[in-house]
Amino acid sequence: MTNEDIEHLSAMLKARSGLILGSDKTYLIESRLAPVARKEGFSSVSALLTALRTKRDEKLMAMVTDAMTTNETFFFRDKVPFDQFKSDVLPALAKTRLNGEIKIWCAACSTGQEPYSLAMLMEESRAQFPRVNLDILATDISDRCLEKAQSGLYTQFEVQRGLPITMMVKNFEKVDEMWRISPKMRQSIRFKKLNLLDDLRGIGRMDVIYCRNVLIYFDLETKKKVLEQMAQLLPDDGYLFLGAAETVLGITDAFKPMPGMRGLYIKNQAVKTEAARRLA
Amino acid sequence: MKTCLVVDDSRVIRKVARRILENLQFEVIEANDGLEALNSCKEKMPSAILLDWNMPVMDGITFLRQLRKEEGGKQPVVVFCTTENDLAHITEALTEGASEYIMKPFDGEILEAKFSEVGLI
Repeated sequence: MTNEDIEHLSAMLKARSGLILGSDKTYLIESRLAPVARKEGFSSVSALLTALRTKRDEKLMAMVTDAMTTNETFFFRDKVPFDQFKSDVLPALAKTRLNGEIKIWCAACSTGQEPYSLAMLMEESRAQFPRVNLDILATDISDRCLEKAQSGLYTQFEVQRGLPITMMVKNFEKVDEMWRISPKMRQSIRFKKLNLLDDLRGIGRMDVIYCRNVLIYFDLETKKKVLEQMAQLLPDDGYLFLGAAETVLGITDAFKPMPGMRGLYIKNQAVKTEAARRLA
Repeated sequence: MKTCLVVDDSRVIRKVARRILENLQFEVIEANDGLEALNSCKEKMPSAILLDWNMPVMDGITFLRQLRKEEGGKQPVVVFCTTENDLAHITEALTEGASEYIMKPFDGEILEAKFSEVGLI
């Protein structure tokens, strides 16, 4: 494939999905797009890329974007944020939320693997927390992603990334060559379209916010705005999960890192005081 | 160094698996079918076994049942790696003592994730 083709693909992906294609991604492009090329009758991925650049075929652009971005999330991605939820966040909130309801917001849920992972994790912890009920709201800007998330249908490749086989057996059924998560799991999550750049007050109070690997695409000012709005939605003992490569440091003092917990943030004392003063 | 026995009747699959596993710092041994694998295990138990289902001479699930009866045969962590991809096969494999299950086609990412899931890496 030519540099021109790759550059065009890069620009198209960034514009359509925010996905930044790093350098030297020939292998990634090849492995993700080979099935698309085959399906659409191109002799090679190179031929597909050339057609993509010269024909501007909307259907093809959408298919390629899908193929390149589908795997940007997976079940139990990074593992740590789910381990921390189980070991620290869930026990702490179970103690203080007397009605047993814990409200969670997956702020960029993509194709649904993050909220479903949390729902499955809760099922695994059921014996330990019989009274707890997770109220999970999952939002994304992409209709395509939400549609897929709601369908609960995943490819064989997707159910193998991060999902332990025992959990797959417990929660999925095979539908032709795809795997569908159980109706119980699908019904446990509210999916909704939302742009994080909009006013977030309508979301309402949340106990835990997962906002992972999305702020990296925003500029500093937007990051600050989103984080500060999120701080308003969380009570003083709420939690914010960011992606492994993300931080609040140098962006806002609304949050501070939780010591020893990579990626986990709690509200800053200064903000708490400010909020208390405003309420008084 | 941990050892992984790769059991598959396809030389190509064994080669692909070997390359991935060696990158994950495993010493790789190969077997062409279940019987060869069983003999290899009797000689020395590996830490992990990547196991195909359909093979001539002795298939994967028969091998697994025999292995678990051997002295020290409960130690190796067994990960199936097969084109059999229905719940009945997966459940049978887990019942017989497999720890994880990879549905072909697979790649390095899946293999690494599954091995990490069962604590091999």
